[in-house]
Amino acid sequence: MKALLRGKWGRRTYAQQKAAWGVIYVLPWLIGFVLFFFVPLLASLRYSLSSIQANAEGITIQFTGLANYIQALTVNTSFNRALIESITDVLVNVPLIVIFSLFLAVILNQKFPGRAIARSIFFLPVILASGVIMSLESTSLIEAVNQSSTGGSALGTFALENLMLDAGLSEWVVTYLSGAVDRIYQIVSQSGVQILIFLAGIQTISPQLYEASKMEGATGYEAFWKITFPMVSPLIFVNVIYTIVDSFANNAMTTLIRDTGFVKFDFGLSSAMAWVYFVAIALILVLVSLIFSKRVFYQD
Amino acid sequence: MIISRLFSLEQWKSWLWSIVRFTLIAGLSFVILFPIFQKISTSIKDKSDLYSAVVVWVPQNFSFDNFREAIRVMDYWATLFNTFALSATTTILTTLSCALAGYGFARLKFKGSNLLFAGVILTILVPPTTILIPVYLNLKSFDLMGLMSLLAGKPVNLLNTYWPFILTALTANSLKAGLYIFIFRQFFRGIPKEVEEAAYVDGAGISRTFARIMLPNAIPSIVTVLLFSFVWQWNDSFYTTTYLTSSKVMSTQLSSLPYNLAQQVSDGASKADPFYLSMIQDTGILLAILPLIIIYLFVQRYFVESVERTGIVG
Repeated sequence: MKALLRGKWGRRTYAQQKAAWGVIYVLPWLIGFVLFFFVPLLASLRYSLSSIQANAEGITIQFTGLANYIQALTVNTSFNRALIESITDVLVNVPLIVIFSLFLAVILNQKFPGRAIARSIFFLPVILASGVIMSLESTSLIEAVNQSSTGGSALGTFALENLMLDAGLSEWVVTYLSGAVDRIYQIVSQSGVQILIFLAGIQTISPQLYEASKMEGATGYEAFWKITFPMVSPLIFVNVIYTIVDSFANNAMTTLIRDTGFVKFDFGLSSAMAWVYFVAIALILVLVSLIFSKRVFYQD
Repeated sequence: MIISRLFSLEQWKSWLWSIVRFTLIAGLSFVILFPIFQKISTSIKDKSDLYSAVVVWVPQNFSFDNFREAIRVMDYWATLFNTFALSATTTILTTLSCALAGYGFARLKFKGSNLLFAGVILTILVPPTTILIPVYLNLKSFDLMGLMSLLAGKPVNLLNTYWPFILTALTANSLKAGLYIFIFRQFFRGIPKEVEEAAYVDGAGISRTFARIMLPNAIPSIVTVLLFSFVWQWNDSFYTTTYLTSSKVMSTQLSSLPYNLAQQVSDGASKADPFYLSMIQDTGILLAILPLIIIYLFVQRYFVESVERTGIVG
């Protein structure tokens, strides 16, 4: 009896000890979370419902209800356009990026001479893709001149478009695909992390599965659809979410929100815009998770 | 025997696939490398080659004038030092704090830890723009719940110092920290329980087990997080242009480069040639990413291998 009691007690302290250490380990993050995320998040919600005046003593906040939201959605000239543009951009790019990165991960996982070099080149965009560099690139005159003098992309896709239209594809698909070809640099440079995630996932699939399917006479094509695809389907979900979040972090909308806040100093309007934007993203994420949760295959 | 194998359909198919694969990879590699090569080529051209029809890739007159000019306008060496110091500090602090949090969430469950982890996910999902203004105002008069007013008499202004970066890194809330916590948590969840229990049986405490057993095992994910965090901090323009307006780091210098160029590079009375400015701008971009490329050349092998064992997959 005594031993049993002690045993029970001892186990509990062990668990308690672990829980106590858990709190200590998580504590730095928790402090940061409250200070630099949660309180600001609530404050931003409050700002979005107020009019804010900066003066000598700091700022005065006056509750104005939904005025900022109404202004953002109905009065502000560029908000709706920027919002819709950012959302369509993401909806157009996400499938391309995810399919492209899965395809490349499968290829980079195969054995061929120069694989190591190919891998390090394809991860290079993770290093280089950045807001400033990208935006400067688009203003670079040298780049523009060189592109027009080589004359490539526009002409190339034009021929390709005709070819596909002749092959009987619908016009919508053709413009989507040729648009993808024109944006190939953007797509490649945004899929570095996704390729990494897929590659890591493919490498955890046990080789026995492929051997068995080969014995049964499955082709590489079948092996992809029957083994690789279902096994990485949870990662497709992860990558879709990551791509959406990533492409929403830096675009025309965030620039507009920042400019409203830090150039025009309209903190209230800027916060309201940010919240509308956040809610829009949240809705998209919820929708995507609902679609995916039914189709993803989990091993366990 | 050999001939029959040569003509078998399988063989042809695999050759065809090899060719297609090679073309694809070569083509896409070209797409990725092209802008870098182009910048290198542009940066070593002389001004006089700019309008020469003969020059496409290899310049007629080599010159390092572009570099000299870009280094002067960007105040390159000081900027390089600042950026390196900032990125290195935040990277080390972020990795440490995120590893702690990741381990806490993976292995040291306590009441409400799942709820808190939902908080981590929330930090990944909420766009940083949403909380930018309150964080900005908070840092402008940083008070830490009245503590600073007690000590210093008034709230301190942390803008234009490195403190915002150090504080957020220390508390695992810096740029993309949620992602790093997620990576660490997934990795630590993948380590067998027996390893941990063996250490406990041998008399190691929880912190000692973490430092001696878990961290050495976690090197692949540590390398991944170190590299990501360093690179993203280096390239980050979102936070640096907000918090560090007057300080000289790479991304603020880059984003103000076109303006600075237009101001500083002009031949006397006439306005500078926009093509020439663009040439120096490209050189500036090259100079900004060059350190990253050099670092990547050294660590890429390790990085590519380690990622495969990172356990992002769980």
